[in-house]
Amino acid sequence: MTPNLVYVVVIGVLFAAGVSMVLERSLTRVLMGMILLGNGVNLLILLGGNAGAPPIVGASDAEMADPLPQIMILTAIVITLGMTAFLLALAYRSWAMSGHDEVQDDVEDQRIMRLAERDEGSGTDDTDHHEAAR
Amino acid sequence: MSFLVPLPVVMPLFGAALTLMMAGRPRAQRTVSLTVLTATVLVSCALLWISTTDGPLVVAVGGWSAPLGIVLIADQLAALMLVVSSAVTLCVLVYSIGQGMADGHEETPLSVYHPTYLILTAGVTNAFLAGDLFNLYVGFEILLVASYVLLTIGGTENRIRAGSTYVVVSLLSSVIFLTAIGLIYAATGTLNLAQLVERLDALPDGLRLILQGMLLLAFGIKAAVFPLSSWLPDSYPTAPAPVTAVFAGLLTKVGVYAIIRTETLLFPGGRAAAVLLVLGLLTMVIGILGAVAQSDIKRLLSFTLVSHIGYLLFGVGLATQLGLASAIFYVVHHITIQTTLFLAAGLIEKRGGSTALDKLGGLAKLSPVLAVLFLVPALNLAGIPPFSGFIGKLGLVQAGVADGGVLAWLLVGGGILTSLLTLYAVARVWNLAFWRTPPASVPPASDSLLPRLMVAPTMALVVFGIALTVVAGPLFEVSDGAASSLTERAYYVRAVFGGGAP
Repeated sequence: MTPNLVYVVVIGVLFAAGVSMVLERSLTRVLMGMILLGNGVNLLILLGGNAGAPPIVGASDAEMADPLPQIMILTAIVITLGMTAFLLALAYRSWAMSGHDEVQDDVEDQRIMRLAERDEGSGTDDTDHHEAAR
Repeated sequence: MSFLVPLPVVMPLFGAALTLMMAGRPRAQRTVSLTVLTATVLVSCALLWISTTDGPLVVAVGGWSAPLGIVLIADQLAALMLVVSSAVTLCVLVYSIGQGMADGHEETPLSVYHPTYLILTAGVTNAFLAGDLFNLYVGFEILLVASYVLLTIGGTENRIRAGSTYVVVSLLSSVIFLTAIGLIYAATGTLNLAQLVERLDALPDGLRLILQGMLLLAFGIKAAVFPLSSWLPDSYPTAPAPVTAVFAGLLTKVGVYAIIRTETLLFPGGRAAAVLLVLGLLTMVIGILGAVAQSDIKRLLSFTLVSHIGYLLFGVGLATQLGLASAIFYVVHHITIQTTLFLAAGLIEKRGGSTALDKLGGLAKLSPVLAVLFLVPALNLAGIPPFSGFIGKLGLVQAGVADGGVLAWLLVGGGILTSLLTLYAVARVWNLAFWRTPPASVPPASDSLLPRLMVAPTMALVVFGIALTVVAGPLFEVSDGAASSLTERAYYVRAVFGGGAP
């Protein structure tokens, strides 16, 4: 079986668009990117099986299509659907709590970076000395 | 006895449905969850016993035989992981009941916790038992979806922030895994692990390397291997203590299990060995340097978690019998110890009101029990001699020395350095949180006693961690048996198909 060029191009476009959306800061756009990526993967799986007549015994004399990729896609679609719902809820909650849905930086990480720039160790290793001096 | 195999997956799922229906009746929910998880521990022990004495147990789900239907396989490795993971989940469940988060703490919806927790268990056990790549994917998805809910439970601002990163990163790894599955199916026409053994061997070398690389990338994100690990210390510490503990013990180890399984069964021959070893070294050293810089106990422990994944990669990368056996032993040790430490951190938070090191002090005097509960697993993690951490590291170092290559020696050095730095990191926690004069923020003695239901499971896990030393001989034999059946692939194929692969 030779892969259909249209499929290959569509998969490529879906993946490229998906990846560039995932790199955005806004959670809604990330979600869009995830949906595009998910659809790209589904098409890719479909491409992996043989095309042919409906996979029902006795329906046709031609060679059957491979039903397995379709079942896998069905599973993947259900999972993507659930994840989309969950991410939407997260984005909404984030908007309700902080007025935007942007993925933020790690607060604690930045604090430690600032400490490191000022060349202070994190934690308070030397409080004992202060207390001893007092 | 093969009817036992699906039970560790089916029972928690069934329990999840029951507890969901019992929403609003916390006592009934607790009874069901405890019963189900206790039964899972017992079944897992039975599976380990049977798979050690009689060889692997295989079940064709729904009666559809191997290449068409999906199979569940309980070999020694899977059964060993089942025993440890179910024992740990049971202890953490008791702890969370003790903490009261399951019985309607103001910020947690009580009806959701138990079902989600049981679904998480089902996902983990399904991933361990899967004999089929797609079933492994489904197992991952089950446990990930449950983990999203547990991580963002309560929906506070901090958890939503950390949760978004975690969810997006996990979704991305799932997409990569699914892509790899699609490509493997297109190339071979099967996803059954036993059947893939032969068919993958027949593929051109370049193609095999790409498929191997994609699977490693997907599992590497889940296992928090160095360049792909920065999501972990950001997201784990924000969750409630028992949730962090069970995540730290199990989720990354499922990724490691998948790496062990695919590297030995599907892609032997060590073509990725050098990559695995270099990544292992970087994960160990950079992870522990991150831990040294932290000023919050939970974050520090998250970094040690990342760091010690490097030891596991070390064993897998060596791909020798001793290396794999030590890695499996180390997984068992690490699941137990890391969970114990996070539970202890939860107790510290309960007693001291915080896990930030500059707000703690003098806990050793205020609560000697807590001091013991933290110190023993902390020394165990660092690899102080009588404990299991030392035995696991010793096995890995021996395997590295036996290998004798330049990379292997570098890893031996890196491993010892990491062990020392781990000791430094936990000693810092000890000095700051347990010695010193207590600052005013720590409540004085007898003001808030630790709930007994939280102390008891932590103590049980500490004892379990010490018991790993006592039974180290037999346990290492089991790991060694698991490793030898991993290195001999025909054994796995025979278990599934009887004769040769169709």
